[in-house]
Amino acid sequence: MKIAITSTGNSPDSKLDSRFGRCSYFVIYDTENGSTEFIPNQNKENVEGAGPASVQLMASRGVKKVVSGEFGVKVKSIFDSLQIQLVVLNDSEKTINEIIKLLDHNK
Amino acid sequence: MARPKRIRKMTNPPHFKGFRPIGLPEENNPVVINFEEYEAIRLSDFELNGQVEAAQIMDISRPTYARIYESARRKVAQAFVQGRAIVFEGGKVYFNSEWYSCNSCGCWFNHPAKELDITTCALCGSEDIEQYTDDSQQEIIQDVCICPKCGTEKVHTPGIPCAQETCPNCNSPMIRKGGPHHHRHRNNKCS
Repeated sequence: MKIAITSTGNSPDSKLDSRFGRCSYFVIYDTENGSTEFIPNQNKENVEGAGPASVQLMASRGVKKVVSGEFGVKVKSIFDSLQIQLVVLNDSEKTINEIIKLLDHNK
Repeated sequence: MARPKRIRKMTNPPHFKGFRPIGLPEENNPVVINFEEYEAIRLSDFELNGQVEAAQIMDISRPTYARIYESARRKVAQAFVQGRAIVFEGGKVYFNSEWYSCNSCGCWFNHPAKELDITTCALCGSEDIEQYTDDSQQEIIQDVCICPKCGTEKVHTPGIPCAQETCPNCNSPMIRKGGPHHHRHRNNKCS
């Protein structure tokens, strides 16, 4: 299963980005082969619609679960219709590595 | 003033906007079905709940449920017979967002596959999770029964008339707090 995590930087030691639509990077973690991919967020500077555009990106990558600090009003309903699970983590001090460790533990 | 409508609870909103008849030119006079009416048809005719259970699921009284359901069926029949489109729109509802919180890692997560039961946290896999309910909204709309004799208050249960509730203190029948009965009672006391 592919899980997306919002990140402030492009290394596994970066911290979780607390915003979804305007985060710096998306980390796509594949639980099957343990691979991670860092995608810079092109929608970061959008004046409007950064959230929905990011949702499209997530959907095109086949992501089934998204971990972020918070989600905007517009994206919740789109994620619901796409059957993508949202995980809200109110801990911006956690690094991408730590979150991946938690997810591995979950398997 | 009419009594405000109780907010109906929805668990599964429709994931599409409506229906269109086949073989008819597009017309702009669709039948509008409220979300609460859609939910009533779903609960009664798809999940085959009895009206009492369905009313409890939507957190409204049984008679109110029956009215919503009746209205929903009439609208569906109207659309079928007259070949009109159906759109889902509006209604006094709130969505049960199905959020869960984990006591182990402190995260929140929702639950898109509603037919499966959630037992573990989506992030850390801990089983120490609980369902999140938004109490702040409920407190505003909460109805209260009050005892006309001793003034004891009790939270109203939808579907059970206040007069059928008995006061836990003095066993006399209760009345709705702030209702016409209650006002009359208070006025009588003064004169």
